[in-house]
Amino acid sequence: MKIIIIVFAFFFNLVAPIAPKKGYDVGDMVADFSLKNVDGKYISLSTYESAKGIILIFDCNTCPVSKIYNSRIIDLHKKYSKLNFPVVTINSNDETKSPEDSFNEMVNEANTKKYDFAYLWDNTQTVAQTFGATNTPHVFVLVKQNEEFKVAYIGAIDDNARDASKAKKKYVENAVDALLEGSIVPITKTKAIGCGIKWRDA
Amino acid sequence: MKKLIIALLYLLLLPNTTFSQGISIVKISTIDQLISAKSEQTQIINFWATWCAPCVKEMPLFEKITLNDKTAKVTLVSLDLQTDNSTDKVFKFVERKKITSTVLILDESDANTWIDKVDSHWSGALPATLVINTMTGKRKFIERELKEGELEELIKQVK
Repeated sequence: MKIIIIVFAFFFNLVAPIAPKKGYDVGDMVADFSLKNVDGKYISLSTYESAKGIILIFDCNTCPVSKIYNSRIIDLHKKYSKLNFPVVTINSNDETKSPEDSFNEMVNEANTKKYDFAYLWDNTQTVAQTFGATNTPHVFVLVKQNEEFKVAYIGAIDDNARDASKAKKKYVENAVDALLEGSIVPITKTKAIGCGIKWRDA
Repeated sequence: MKKLIIALLYLLLLPNTTFSQGISIVKISTIDQLISAKSEQTQIINFWATWCAPCVKEMPLFEKITLNDKTAKVTLVSLDLQTDNSTDKVFKFVERKKITSTVLILDESDANTWIDKVDSHWSGALPATLVINTMTGKRKFIERELKEGELEELIKQVK
């Protein structure tokens, strides 16, 4: 009997999951991934060989907050891709819960809006889970360090979703500017109201 | 035909009794107060927006509490002003759905300054619901769409 208990305890120790990880924090190194882009090609972080960093944004077609930030996301890429700090967007919404976020609809969206940045399909939702992305749009500014990417900022694009012209704190721009200058990112974490990522039913 | 027109006119002129309460546009201090002020009633504060499909879907669960449980007080806090310049959609929604719970519209732009005041675990995703019993000091925070019967369970848990 004792042996059974010991074996049992041993077994459970081995398989009992450690408290599920809640995603990356600022300062964490990021594990690379490979996701299908709207052009059909697979893209990884390592694809961006010469990049100094990446503005990674969990986004989608349908969320009103994403829609309101759409032109600001396009502008971020316009401004920072020239400085080797491009935008990469990822849609992790479950297409059965949000059919307008299917891969085909992503392709349509990217074509209509003439995206010149990657718009990746996280159909297994593993990348969103690994990062700890919760809502859209949710930004992770990554900076390259020794051929790896490190999280330098997590949160909102700026402090005014409704009106870009009234935004006083441009969190992402300030973070990327600081990284490009080699100085300290002034604000590394912010929160904003967004649409929850549409998770697949477990 | 004439009768029908008269009946329609009558309906149009009838005061809308289900939409008698006002909707206040508030600052975060009002929400702070709801969270902290001692109350005999369990405070249920739901954060939603007219554009948030899961929020709209779970709204009948809150209405059920308002109609059936006098020991609890539901406040539906709209975040439509985050993305919209006007409150029209909220007023129309409340009227159309005949919402009887208290509705507030939060008018604060920089969400980063107040999300943690509601709950430090809140990422900012909608819907989100806070269930607080200010007498016992117990609180529950849920950041997702609620299921049937879950609110009743949360009210019990904070007793």
